[in-house]
Amino acid sequence: MLLQILRTYLRPYKREIGYVMGLQLVATIASLSLPSLNADIIDKGVVLGDTAYIMRMGGWMLGVTVLQIACTIAAVYLGARSAMAFGRDVRSGFFRQVASFSSREVGKFGAPSLITRNTNDVQQVQMLVMLGFTLMVSAPITMVGGVIMALREDVGLSWLVAAAVPVLVAATGFIISRMVPGFRRMQRYLDDVNRVMREQITGIRVIRAFVREPHESGRFGAANDDLSDVSIDVGRWMSAMFPTVMFVMNASSVAVLWFGGIRIDEGLMQIGALTAFITYLVQILMAVMMSTFMLVMVPRASVSADRIGEVLGTSSSVVPPEEGITEVNTRGGLEFREVGFTYAGAEHPVLCDVNFSAAAGQTTAIIGSTGAGKSTLLNLIPRLFDVSEGTITVDGVDVRDFDPEALWQRIGLVPQKAYLFSGTIASNLRYGKPDATEEEMWEALEIAQATDFVSAMSDGLDSDVAQGGTNLSGGQRQRIAIARAIIRQPEVYLFDDSFSALDVATDARLRQALRPVTRDATVLIVAQRVFTITEADQIVVLEDGDVVGLGSHDELLTTCPTYQEIVESQLKAEAS
Amino acid sequence: MTDSSPKTMQKTERISGQMGPGRGPHGGGMIGQKSLDFRASGKRLAGSLRPERVKVIAVFVAAVISVALAATGPRVLGRATDIVFAGAIGKELPAGLDKEQVIEMTRARGDDQIADLLTGVDLVPGEGIDFSALGGVLLLVLGLYAASSLLSFFQGYLLTSAVQNTVRRMRAEVEEKLNRMPLSYFDRQPRGELLSRVTNDMDNLAQTLQQTMSQLLTSLLTIIFVFTMMIYISWTLALITLVTIPISMAAAGLVMKRSQVKFIDQWRRTGALNAQVEETFTGHSLIKVFGRQQEVQDRFDEENEALFQASFGAQFLSSLIMPMMMFIGNLNYVIIAVLGGLRVASGTMSLGDVQAFIQYSRQFTQPVTQVASMANVLQSGVASAERVFELLDADEEISDEHHPRSIDEPHGAVSFEHVSFRYLEDQPLIDDLSLTVEPGQTVAIVGPTGAGKTTLVNLVMRFYELRGGRITLDGLDIAQMRREDLRSQIGMVLQDTWLFEGTIHDNIAYGKLDATDDEIVEAAKATFVDRFVHSLPDGYDTIVDDEGANISAGEKQLITIARAFLANPALLILDEATSSVDTRTELLLQNAMAALRTERTSFVIAHRLSTIRDADLILVMEDGAIVEQGTHEELIARGAAYAGLYNAQFTGPRNGEAMSLGTAG
Repeated sequence: MLLQILRTYLRPYKREIGYVMGLQLVATIASLSLPSLNADIIDKGVVLGDTAYIMRMGGWMLGVTVLQIACTIAAVYLGARSAMAFGRDVRSGFFRQVASFSSREVGKFGAPSLITRNTNDVQQVQMLVMLGFTLMVSAPITMVGGVIMALREDVGLSWLVAAAVPVLVAATGFIISRMVPGFRRMQRYLDDVNRVMREQITGIRVIRAFVREPHESGRFGAANDDLSDVSIDVGRWMSAMFPTVMFVMNASSVAVLWFGGIRIDEGLMQIGALTAFITYLVQILMAVMMSTFMLVMVPRASVSADRIGEVLGTSSSVVPPEEGITEVNTRGGLEFREVGFTYAGAEHPVLCDVNFSAAAGQTTAIIGSTGAGKSTLLNLIPRLFDVSEGTITVDGVDVRDFDPEALWQRIGLVPQKAYLFSGTIASNLRYGKPDATEEEMWEALEIAQATDFVSAMSDGLDSDVAQGGTNLSGGQRQRIAIARAIIRQPEVYLFDDSFSALDVATDARLRQALRPVTRDATVLIVAQRVFTITEADQIVVLEDGDVVGLGSHDELLTTCPTYQEIVESQLKAEAS
Repeated sequence: MTDSSPKTMQKTERISGQMGPGRGPHGGGMIGQKSLDFRASGKRLAGSLRPERVKVIAVFVAAVISVALAATGPRVLGRATDIVFAGAIGKELPAGLDKEQVIEMTRARGDDQIADLLTGVDLVPGEGIDFSALGGVLLLVLGLYAASSLLSFFQGYLLTSAVQNTVRRMRAEVEEKLNRMPLSYFDRQPRGELLSRVTNDMDNLAQTLQQTMSQLLTSLLTIIFVFTMMIYISWTLALITLVTIPISMAAAGLVMKRSQVKFIDQWRRTGALNAQVEETFTGHSLIKVFGRQQEVQDRFDEENEALFQASFGAQFLSSLIMPMMMFIGNLNYVIIAVLGGLRVASGTMSLGDVQAFIQYSRQFTQPVTQVASMANVLQSGVASAERVFELLDADEEISDEHHPRSIDEPHGAVSFEHVSFRYLEDQPLIDDLSLTVEPGQTVAIVGPTGAGKTTLVNLVMRFYELRGGRITLDGLDIAQMRREDLRSQIGMVLQDTWLFEGTIHDNIAYGKLDATDDEIVEAAKATFVDRFVHSLPDGYDTIVDDEGANISAGEKQLITIARAFLANPALLILDEATSSVDTRTELLLQNAMAALRTERTSFVIAHRLSTIRDADLILVMEDGAIVEQGTHEELIARGAAYAGLYNAQFTGPRNGEAMSLGTAG
């Protein structure tokens, strides 16, 4: 999956990557040639006492150094840009994929997980790419180049390279293999500690009410200890890393001096080659170490890549039609025909054999206990989910044959949880109608009984709204959400228990004001309070996904036992 | 939302900065934020290590020795090079002569330069490499390095536990502190802000301690020792290297400063993008139904592009530091190679010394860069520490009485005597309120939002301290009781449900930690939790959390009620406990609750007046005062505030008062 994502999203940057590699190649060769030039200075300049030569070679070294920095900077520039552009593209592709999802897929992954995948996981992969651009090229070249150069200096000592590299790989590999699982556990425990901390703050009243402070402290203490223990464990392995690497490198230098000394004494090697050889060996070992580090990142990035790929590979269960219907001349209301809905893999259907029709101008109320399937029924109309069986028609057209935009244009939804977007009151209302004028906005707010509090806010329509609308009260949120639907002037209103947070008087005024606006529309309303729906044209009574009653209030009072119970539960008081 | 202008964006950020529970890697702009009192906080942070002082001293000693040993390594290795060099040259020269003679001869030949070179070499003409001397020196070097590495490991080993134990202690301190702070603190402080302090700042602080303690010390020591060695070998060359320090520092500082700005920008952008993604994914269905996808897409692209620009800048600049340091290092290398070469050629310096010097100068640049980067880490770490300290220094709850009194089996008589309370100094809420509740009575509290209903019951819980008057339980002032003694007598179900991440079973068991499974199921059955639990994938073992995506708000409320049910307290407080539960379930629940309420004093706050009709006492509150009290019948008969509320709720449909939509025509 990692490779597939890399292949797909790096393709547009093929040329840049080519340049990066070329530049890195030049830079690496330049830095590899420095010790060799230094060896020349010693062998041909110092030993022969040729100061002019020393100066000339010094000039060369300076030139090579400048070339190296120039190439490196250019490579870093292109590399950083391509890697970050890669991240940007993956994020964008991911975002578009999620946008195409239906509520079912979003629900399957869960919004928080999708958010993490879209940013954190992409970042992981992006960092690997970034590191790859600098190391993937320079490390192997340094290794190969270093070996070649070392061989050029002296073949007889090359066995030292062959001995030192495996020792270093084994030592660092061992330490890293101990560290990596620790890092993972550390991250998990850190999340745990922070979660407990967060829960203590969000649940402070409950904790204090139940006198659970000692219990919470215990829970926190355990998480804290776990985190500290694994941090210490990881930290100790980490402190072994640097000394080990240093020792291997230094021991190699010592070995080169000893065995090099023997070869020089035998006249097989020049003294300058000795210094150069040490430098090359150290460079090779450094490159080996960096590669080992990089390899450590691969599994982590690969997990992230899998998580991204999982989303990219999921297609929406709600597929828009090739050529959707955009224009319908009739206003035929809404019809449910033998509609059933079952979650994938679930034993019991959420909705089963739902039949009813609602003409334009009619109000249909849906009532039933928590979990009876009321919201699901509503969500099927704008195709947030697709029916498993049967059909739903709007204006006589199967909702699945509509162009999605055209379908949604006909619908005004007020969800159960009045979610507002960050911005202003006005920007939220424009969600309903992008080109709404101020008058239209005030009109909608007036109907939604929101004029009072909006005009009381210091900036009126331009007052800030926090994400989710958390700076407004539940009732205020609901009224804005209602205004957002009204301003759209849709053919079909879907109210999903949208008046629950309103006090009774406001509720009544709102319904009164809504009446003229919804005169020609089809209204579906999920309700809890019976008295708010007694005059609906028809009431659908749901019980565990089945329609157990359909008719007017008076009819249902005589025919439907479930309805009677519901009414009983609410109106009993009044009847007495 | 058509204008995603800077103005809109700023607003978004400000809001998410206040409200968001610290999202993103570093929620909010805490990094790079100037510390208020750097010195004092830094000192206090260092002081937090005091309990580990033995370890810290050992770490210091180990670091000094380890760095010193490592610093002498190249110098001794240089001796080895000299031995090899001397041997290599000596072998070429005719044996039997002494060094002076050879130099004379060379000079006589006119090779002045070679003669100069030879004067600087400790050689015996005709002799090859002195392997016994070489072996001795090399063994010494090996020993030095081995000892240095061991000590370095030892140092890291000790330091890790010292730092981690300190961090563990500080975390625990913060947690304990949270338990001692008054609720008013939590009301005042935006939640996201507080969360950010206890999580992000704490993590940042831990990392800073670990990083600076280990790297800063070694880096500084390395600079000192290496430079000493360099002066010892050749002070002129050392001076050249010394010049590179300010250059390196300045260059690194400059680039780092800029990259820091970019990094802050990158974090900010990541935060902004995260907020936008979160909003989009959370409001997914709304965005679809309102056909706003294109617009959201455009906004995302814009943010995404901005993040790309910022992160590109940050990555590029920060990646520049290494090559730049390498460049300065290489420049230094070239200069030393040339000058050193010239001096060896003139016989004023040995080749081994040049060799050693080159190694030293290579070792020099890295710690210098590290020290420069530590400055930034330290600054952000101390800023975080300061925020944590601020929390630790916040005012605490008045501690419980020294000689607390308690009631073992309360009857449940509660009385308010001239109680006054306000959340904010200048905003009176409850003033001179008196009230008497007989044992076993059910008291219902009704009234508009903001009337002080929840406040009233919070005062019974002693969540807040009174400003005047007193509240008694069975005649005993609750301020004289220990808070935990008082609260453990009271069961409270709050308006805002709170579930911790864990199974439904564990969430119910929270009401009574030692509850048996049977007791839990019994409570769950009584509160209708059992009914929906069986439709969940793992039954009672289904994991839920506060976001609670897999269960509805009503179901969450039922779980919290089950919790209180299980706790079986002497007093019961229900604050809008069933607001999200459907009416039929609520009615059934009423019966269960009625059983729970008999013989118990209970306070019930409810919107749906039907649920409180049979209360013994109904209090109608407005603006922090009780405007009416009595039974349902009495209050209806009075025909005042309560009757008004009641009629609005129940007689509406009777009058045909436009309670339905679009039908009346």
